[in-house]
Amino acid sequence: MNALNAIVLPIAQTDIQGRSGDSCIATNGFCPSWIADNIGEYVNPFLEHIYLTVVSVGIGFALAFALAVLAHRVGWTFGPISGATQVLYTIPSIAAFFLLLPITGRGNLTAIVALVAYTLFILFSNIMTGLGNVPDDVKDSARGMGLTDRQLLWRVELPLAMPEILAGLRIATTTTIGLATLAFFAGGGGLGVEIASGADRVFKSNVAVVGALAVLLAAVFDLLILGFQRLLTPWRAAARA
Amino acid sequence: MNSSQSAHSPGQSASPDPGSADGSHEEAASLEFRGVTKRYPGQGEAAIEDLSLRVEAGEICVLVGPSGCGKTTAMRLVNRLIDLTEGDILIDGTSVKDRSPAELRRHIGYAIQQIGLFPHVSVGDNIGTVPRLLGWDKQRISTRVDELLELVSLDPHDTRDRYPAQLSGGQRQRVGVARALAADPPLLLMDEPFGAIDPINRERLQNEFLRLQARIQKTVVFVTHDIDEAIKIGDRIAVLKKGGKLAQYATPAELLMYPADHFVEDFVGADRALKRLALQRVRDIDLWKAAEARVGEDTREVRRKLEDADLTIPLLVDEQRRPIGWLSHRALEGERVEEKLRSPAEPIVELDDILRDALSDLLSSETRYAPVVDGDGHAAGVLSLEVIGRFLHTAPSEARTGADLVVDEEQEASPAEP
Repeated sequence: MNALNAIVLPIAQTDIQGRSGDSCIATNGFCPSWIADNIGEYVNPFLEHIYLTVVSVGIGFALAFALAVLAHRVGWTFGPISGATQVLYTIPSIAAFFLLLPITGRGNLTAIVALVAYTLFILFSNIMTGLGNVPDDVKDSARGMGLTDRQLLWRVELPLAMPEILAGLRIATTTTIGLATLAFFAGGGGLGVEIASGADRVFKSNVAVVGALAVLLAAVFDLLILGFQRLLTPWRAAARA
Repeated sequence: MNSSQSAHSPGQSASPDPGSADGSHEEAASLEFRGVTKRYPGQGEAAIEDLSLRVEAGEICVLVGPSGCGKTTAMRLVNRLIDLTEGDILIDGTSVKDRSPAELRRHIGYAIQQIGLFPHVSVGDNIGTVPRLLGWDKQRISTRVDELLELVSLDPHDTRDRYPAQLSGGQRQRVGVARALAADPPLLLMDEPFGAIDPINRERLQNEFLRLQARIQKTVVFVTHDIDEAIKIGDRIAVLKKGGKLAQYATPAELLMYPADHFVEDFVGADRALKRLALQRVRDIDLWKAAEARVGEDTREVRRKLEDADLTIPLLVDEQRRPIGWLSHRALEGERVEEKLRSPAEPIVELDDILRDALSDLLSSETRYAPVVDGDGHAAGVLSLEVIGRFLHTAPSEARTGADLVVDEEQEASPAEP
């Protein structure tokens, strides 16, 4: 607990009262005028948050994809990979940040490493589920027509696994947006900085803005990926019609 | 929906292959299993044991047998979806082991019961799969796709841009066959291609396939568990029993006439005599000769004809020799034949009718014989229950045992042809 305070308190020292003088603020209320005055303060943390999310999910996806292709090709690797990603997933996030601090130091890197570790299990599991759901008769006919293993993967299996893969991407992105609010513990910035900056951490306006921005971000990313999925899988809409 | 296609005969029609239009035509290939054995590690009994058989170019060879007999395994050995343990398989004399699996498969059409169409690409792209793998240009693929859709009786404009999920089961099956034929392969493997289709549509697809085969004349290995389908589709049938042992390899007629052993006899069924009737047309058997009479003809002339005829009742015909009915005795009492019928000519059978259907006509009309007419309606003889009975006791060819697997072309022809 001491260690936690040591990190959080210096950040929290920025006095919220100093930003604006208002009776609403004195009572820790929800103050639209305060929000309007201070919204500029959130631009940088918000951009940092997007950066953390995109980079972490991007790297996580690349790693999970490579691992999934390996597990798909070399069957026995599935167990170990699945187990390892699952272990990473179960480490409490705050613990992960502190475990990494001595190795990677304070900053973006620590935050990103931890966030990537969290995405792996979700993404790996979903890619594997998607590949596993490709019907056997489709694979059999593909092989029977002379597709090589690589052609089978890229032309048949991955396109057909796309719905599950993108579903995994949506979950991973939403989760990462949420977890990234803790990145400030590792000095990684993001919207969490603004929550922590409330002196008593109960200033409702501040929390409301941060929460709203995080939810907005998650919703926008979710819709983007969903739109992307519609675009990539027109055949599913056709099948439903 | 009856079996107007049942009594097809191999290699009869020789219209040009539509696939030859783009210059990619490959002649049908011969296929030979030479002492092929497939053994899975850790399994005592072989899946296929010492299988030897030869399929001539342009023939349909049906692999048939109960489940677990290894018929699908045998088929999948051909395009190396399964690798054989011993022996060899030769396509036009070249071992399948000498070719890379992917390259080999691109030159062998492949159609399976579940069809396995790619759900994420259009019908056109599905059909164009192998041509694209072979590096054809877009224009050529597109032309070929339309050509194939027409070949399998689908409208190219309506179908090519649809996804498989938007088609009916029968349409998907046709697309599957079109896809297998896309690169005009010399050899086609079909694993129960009509197995998942309802009986009425299955019969239609079988007939369509036989019509198609008459045009394209591919060498086909066709797997089924249905002996009736085997008899209908096959030029030659290989009956397999458990452990992939070849019980008999023969033409449908031989198989029905001379089952090699009890296993084959059981497998073809107790009604094998009736099944043989589905393989023959009325013109294939020796018909009775009737005494034909016209109204006003000299009755002495008719009586003389009766001495030559196979039945004692004269058949009244019109000026064009079209049967009118069977004359009663009173019609011959005078000097000239009078139109006194004991019964009308019902039913009338055609030379091109399937024997099974003709028999069915006789039985449902509660008569023992019926006049037969040719394509122009002229009297051509009389079909009777006795004639059919005699046919069923006649050998289609010299008696042979199951061990004697090679049959020459002569004996394969219709047995009772005059």
